[in-house]
Amino acid sequence: MEAIRRLGEAALESLRTLGSAGTFLFQALIALPNPRKNFPLLIQQLYSVGVLSLAIIVVAGLFIGMVLGLQGYSILVTYGSEQALGTMVALTLVRELGPVVTALLFAGRAGSALTAEIGLMKATEQLSSMEMIGVDPLRRIVAPRFWAGFISMPLLALIFSAVGILGGHLVGVDWLGIYDGSYWMNMQGSVEFWDDVGNGVIKSVVFGAVVSWIAVFQGYDCEPTSEGISRATTRTVVYGSLAVLGLDFVLTAVMFGGF
Amino acid sequence: MTDSSSAQPANLVEIHNLVFHRGKRAIFDGVSVNVARGKVTAIMGPSGCGKTTLLRFIGGQLRPDSGRVLVEGRNVPDMKRDELFATRARMGLLFQSGALFTDLSVYENVAFPLREHTRLSEDLIRELVLMKLEAVGLRGAENLMPAELSGGMNRRAALARAIALDPALIMYDEPFAGQDPIVMGVLVTLIRTLREALGLTSVIVSHDIDETLSIADYIYVLADGKVIGEGTPDALRASESPFIQQFLNGHPDGPVRFRYPVPSFAEELAAAKLKAGGRN
Amino acid sequence: MRTRFVEMAVGLFLVAGLAALFFLAIKVSGLSDESSKPSYQVYASFQNAGGLTVRAKVTMAGVVIGRVTDISLDPKTLKAKVRLDVYNEVREISTDSVASILTAGLLGEKYIGIVPGADDTYLKNGDEIEQTQSALVLEDLIGKFLFNKANEPDKEAK
Repeated sequence: MEAIRRLGEAALESLRTLGSAGTFLFQALIALPNPRKNFPLLIQQLYSVGVLSLAIIVVAGLFIGMVLGLQGYSILVTYGSEQALGTMVALTLVRELGPVVTALLFAGRAGSALTAEIGLMKATEQLSSMEMIGVDPLRRIVAPRFWAGFISMPLLALIFSAVGILGGHLVGVDWLGIYDGSYWMNMQGSVEFWDDVGNGVIKSVVFGAVVSWIAVFQGYDCEPTSEGISRATTRTVVYGSLAVLGLDFVLTAVMFGGF
Repeated sequence: MTDSSSAQPANLVEIHNLVFHRGKRAIFDGVSVNVARGKVTAIMGPSGCGKTTLLRFIGGQLRPDSGRVLVEGRNVPDMKRDELFATRARMGLLFQSGALFTDLSVYENVAFPLREHTRLSEDLIRELVLMKLEAVGLRGAENLMPAELSGGMNRRAALARAIALDPALIMYDEPFAGQDPIVMGVLVTLIRTLREALGLTSVIVSHDIDETLSIADYIYVLADGKVIGEGTPDALRASESPFIQQFLNGHPDGPVRFRYPVPSFAEELAAAKLKAGGRN
Repeated sequence: MRTRFVEMAVGLFLVAGLAALFFLAIKVSGLSDESSKPSYQVYASFQNAGGLTVRAKVTMAGVVIGRVTDISLDPKTLKAKVRLDVYNEVREISTDSVASILTAGLLGEKYIGIVPGADDTYLKNGDEIEQTQSALVLEDLIGKFLFNKANEPDKEAK
């Protein structure tokens, strides 16, 4: 009986947190943007969230593209279909790995940084003092960071896919001897821009919103102590990753599952 | 120097019967405090009695369960956004940790309230910032980042930011906590100077007896969510309340017990012996 | 200036993202301005459209001359009515041409191949291709094969 009661309590607590997370986001975003003041903030955040993630995204994309090339070749060659490598690499990246792996890496690198930054500002009372000066920290601190994540994610995913396809080309054409022409021609024949690339972009937009939301909320809501901040950072990475994987399944089923 | 016209109430801040619960605990159970204009009012009490939380009500960051918080005659919890924004420009709060924005330089920190509440030109802002820094003795340090400041300089820079808009009210949250004697002396002098030169009304939340009693004009002592004593420093020193005496003189035991509330050690030993004896 | 650097970096980031998008559009998915090519519409009815999808290619002699833009069930004939958009530049498809649903490769997707006929009259906008060849459905082929196989020993016996 006790276990059931605890379960109910935990569920209600989760709902309550979800509700406050929703209100939090709503309050942070409904503000009319003040272009003169907020645009530079957004640029600054785009830099620290987007530009600084480029390194890991490009390197990861390159390696994953190359691995796809290797593994794909070894599987396809047993069916004599190695010329389809371009198709395989491109579709895998554009539909799935591009958005998903980028989102996971983003949650780990940029998401945790956002959480830690906001959490630290909370713990050192900077958010409170900002409020006392009459500036809403939700608009000044949280909103630019959210939008930066939301905008950066699709861009990073596109770059990831592009670099990965080039990596696959490097392995398949330059090292394993597939014809350059067939790599690209087969790919072009089977990758639909709106269906595949477009859906991939939609996925990464959704992931961007969810991961950024989780990251800023965890930072804002954390216990203002050092353990609190470290717990919040961990939660961002874990919840963010799980959310991405779960949503990926739902989105894939909706987008590509209609047979 | 302000004429007591009927438009200006004598008390800049009045708190009437504030009640506030956190969970089941009553943090404030009917607290009333008056902050007289132009004077230094201190709020004291043992740790954890909620002194700092009181400042949050004045600033409108928390809403009471019941009671009124009047600033210049207007009830803060009732205020709409715009009015609250304007009211906050009239008060400055010096946080215990300074709470400077770590990603901005000292100059940018002090300029921050100016940029938010006024449309002054950059030149004018520069003048004002340097003036404030001069007042706290930090002119020349404006390009340093908060991480490069010592603890005392940190507090002073935060104070400069708190007075940037020439507020009518300054609140100090534990300004003397953990500072070395020299820094404490500097802060005491600054608080006094600000009162005398600018006629600022100050509220100090602290549990440092000597410093606070040396500059406060009126003191409230809080404990268990209630005001258990108030008066001028002399009146309090002469108070007959055992609690206030324990507090002011720092006696380890008195109305605030030294020991955690459990049966006395002797009783517990006897009870344990009884239990052990019963088993044999 | 620090801000100048930040702004430039963000600008480059956005440019890189857009470049990746263009790369994916052109080089990877072969997006071209097909949709804006002017075309006329021709219909064809099939017994079985089996796996043909909208946007499938329409080819003649292996060259893409249009796209499938609609597949619906004709309520009167109970056949699959397929609408083909044929590029305007391909003007001379004779009215007795044959449209067949073919498969690209062993497991590939379905497309429509048109074999030209000998008539002097050509298809115009709204015309219907009379001769059609439905998609080959695997189960029917296997069934046919088994049926034939089953009949053979009888023939030998006679």
